[in-house]
Amino acid sequence: MESLGNGRAWVFGDDIDTDVLAPGRFMHRPFDELAQNCLIDISPDFAKNVAPGDVLIAGRNFGVGSSREQAAQALKARGLAGVIATSFAGIFYRNAINLGLPIFVGDANEIKNNAKVGLDVDTACLSHEGGTVRLEKIPEYLLKIIHDGGLVPHLEERFANERAGR
Amino acid sequence: MTLAEKIIAKAAGLPSVQPGEVVTAQVDLAMIHDSGGPRRVEPILKRLGTGLWDKERVVLISDHYVGDPNEESHAILELTRQWALKNGVKFYDAQGICHVVLPQKGHLSPGMFVVGGDSHSPTGGAFGTYMFGIGATEMAGVLATGEIWIKVPETILIEWKGMLPPVVCAKDMMLFLCGKMGMDGARYQAVQYAGAAIGAMDMPERMTLSNMTAELGGQTGLIAPDSTTAEYITNAGGSPGRWQEWATASGAVVAEHHVFDATELAPQVAAPGSPANSAPVDTYKNQQVDVVYIGACTGAKYVDLKAAAAILKGQKLAAGVQILVAPATKEDQRKAAGDGTLKVFEEAGAKILPNACGICAGYGSARLGKDIRCISTTARNFKGRMGDASSEVWLASPYTAAASAITGYITDPRSYAGAS
Ligand code: SF4
Repeated sequence: MESLGNGRAWVFGDDIDTDVLAPGRFMHRPFDELAQNCLIDISPDFAKNVAPGDVLIAGRNFGVGSSREQAAQALKARGLAGVIATSFAGIFYRNAINLGLPIFVGDANEIKNNAKVGLDVDTACLSHEGGTVRLEKIPEYLLKIIHDGGLVPHLEERFANERAGR
Repeated sequence: MTLAEKIIAKAAGLPSVQPGEVVTAQVDLAMIHDSGGPRRVEPILKRLGTGLWDKERVVLISDHYVGDPNEESHAILELTRQWALKNGVKFYDAQGICHVVLPQKGHLSPGMFVVGGDSHSPTGGAFGTYMFGIGATEMAGVLATGEIWIKVPETILIEWKGMLPPVVCAKDMMLFLCGKMGMDGARYQAVQYAGAAIGAMDMPERMTLSNMTAELGGQTGLIAPDSTTAEYITNAGGSPGRWQEWATASGAVVAEHHVFDATELAPQVAAPGSPANSAPVDTYKNQQVDVVYIGACTGAKYVDLKAAAAILKGQKLAAGVQILVAPATKEDQRKAAGDGTLKVFEEAGAKILPNACGICAGYGSARLGKDIRCISTTARNFKGRMGDASSEVWLASPYTAAASAITGYITDPRSYAGAS
């Protein structure tokens, strides 16, 4: 089993929507400012204190609302290692993969807020002090996009290879 | 396989696909508009250093910023035109709202796999086309490669038995379904509509069903093609191909199968905030309204205009009520002008707005002011969507919207049914 690492869990409920992830009133502001206000309306500390390696755990229908990509982009920009929810809104799921944010369907609701956690993206295992939660694996093809950092870098690499005749 | 699975399998070049499987599909057509199109995808295309994968398979339509007098809008439209010129794609400039223009110009056929840069792209499903909406990053990827990944969705079959009563229509069905299933009722699955009531509908009505599949949370809203579909496509100058092949095979596995009785459906109205706040019109009958909006891809096609006019004909507007009419496309407007439909609106004192998204997207000078209460044929009524944050949007069918214009409060159109 992988080590616990020093990530922390940020636990949220059901129906976390794109308006709280990327608040409309910051949508016309520079992206950094938008990201600094990610989830501000329901968790004022999140954007300030989230650290690389942390994971977000939520209930059903995470990312519901508009198709704005900034919702997933803001989470990634704050250094989150991944999002785990029992279900996701479809367009959010697509956007997360295409922006390189690891995203897992799974039930991790036994884990308490602020608990120590370690996420292994490839094996889809979330370890915590009480054991390991197995999440649904990200399909191989999508995992490659995530490892490349999202769709745009993924395609950049592909085109570069094509040009080099590889 | 279901219709959705058949189309995805064909696009992926596979003999069959299973729900949950991730496949790479070849895109038959990509539709973009002035808002999410050139201005958002061009920087990414530049970064990738490639051109378009196939300019013959890209359709650009300007609709969101058309008719908006503001300077920023002009600049966006200018950028859109320049991009169209430079890239040589098919471009419909200010011809109407993208989801209606695309099939009206014969671009959709059964069995096609199509992406659109707009959340109401499921509208194309009415033609037996697998069409869905994607964000700008993904669209840039499609424009560069002609491919997209898709996780094969399960299918939800929604069957409407019997025939709809007079002045009850597709919009009422969708508001009813939003109320019943909620905005995440179809968890990014493929919804398929079937049954006698659907078979009896013309194409524009079917498009309303597919369009509002977005409000149900579905990825697309399919209707298996029949002779009505084939005839529409042929008249639009397109080719219906071998449409008989595109149907859900008997015995195909669906995730859910809902059956509803069309004969019992009453006109529906959704209270502000969400399309899921819907209830039979009687529930809200004493709500006073200031503005009646007949507009959008959802509710201003020629048949929608005709429906509203059938109620309004020979009637007077209530004092203080304003009617705004934005025919979905130039072609719809031409038809409505030709048979006297538009005249009914003009005689009622309606203001005719450009063939564009207009106030449905919160653009244009007609945007709702402070505390204005609007009954609208559009698809969404989130807070502040059509103007000031204090304004209210009540969603209804064109019949119900027109009847409410006559009385000045939300009104059951069945009391005016004799007029049609
Ligand atoms: S009319 Fe409204 S719903 Fe339709 S594409 Fe335009 S903004 Fe979207």
